[in-house]
Amino acid sequence: MNVNIQGAPIYFIIPIFGGIPITASLVVTWGVMLVLTLVCIWLTHDLKVKNISKRQAAAEFIVKTAENFVRNNMGEKWAHYTPFIASIFALSLCSSLASLVGLWSPTADVSTTMAWAIVVFVIITATKIRTNGIGGYLKGFCDPIFVMAPFNVLGEVFTPISMAFRHFGNIVSGTVITALVYAALVAANHALFGWLPGAVGEILGAIPFLTVGVPAVISLYFDWFGSFMQAFIFCMLTMMFIASAAE
Amino acid sequence: MLERAIVLMGCAIGAGLALIAGIGPGIGEGYAAGKAVEAVSRQPESKGDVTSTLLLGVALSETTGIYGFVTGLLLIFVAPNLFLGML
Repeated sequence: MNVNIQGAPIYFIIPIFGGIPITASLVVTWGVMLVLTLVCIWLTHDLKVKNISKRQAAAEFIVKTAENFVRNNMGEKWAHYTPFIASIFALSLCSSLASLVGLWSPTADVSTTMAWAIVVFVIITATKIRTNGIGGYLKGFCDPIFVMAPFNVLGEVFTPISMAFRHFGNIVSGTVITALVYAALVAANHALFGWLPGAVGEILGAIPFLTVGVPAVISLYFDWFGSFMQAFIFCMLTMMFIASAAE
Repeated sequence: MLERAIVLMGCAIGAGLALIAGIGPGIGEGYAAGKAVEAVSRQPESKGDVTSTLLLGVALSETTGIYGFVTGLLLIFVAPNLFLGML
């Protein structure tokens, strides 16, 4: 039985500052960013007011959907956050779906999701300080009484940690379960056809018949549904936290 | 040799125990889904709102299970090397 579960493979190490590893997550993230940028440029070049093309209709539909999504969940005055939310959604979705084309999913690396969560955390804190002032922000930790301050600080710190681990855990659990099921199917296949006598059993046992089909169904749930779900939830939480920070 | 065996055994048992955390979210999500079904059958026109609220709530309550899963992963892939290095 051969179960292979590993972290992001390291391609090479830049030998400065004690070695900066260039991992697959980094490379694939840049690749996804490049693809998204190219798609955006392709979708938005030479726009017209009348006689719009199908390409422009698709672009308008995407922008409209994103704007409605943000407006419904955050309210009218937060509409300027649409580009940020939409880009996080697109980046998260495409990063998770990268495993479909055989690449390493950057979201199966806690560093990636933690980076996004820290960006969101900085925005939340900035919004809080802008709304209440620095004094009001610090006073918010002593709510309702000053004894609760450590718990409030803990709650504040755990916001990005729980966001990052939720996204990371959901994607990586799909990876782990797929690897386990795959190994189990290979073993079951070997046990099933290995009983046949002589060379026939050996040859049939070596060809993994059972691994056709079942992993595709699992991938349907973990890759497609899970990726959409986690991108949606990450954006939803971002919007809710930012909107509630301004109260 | 015995120390190594005890460390590995402890890590494996700990990983198994950590995944008991999956029970809580399972019960909670099932309860939330059941309530959502009740809500939709009472007011079928509010299906969209109920579904999106349900998905968000389910994802939030899943967090504790995910913590257990991450702890299990750490105990299997990180902790043995760490503890064996301490010996």
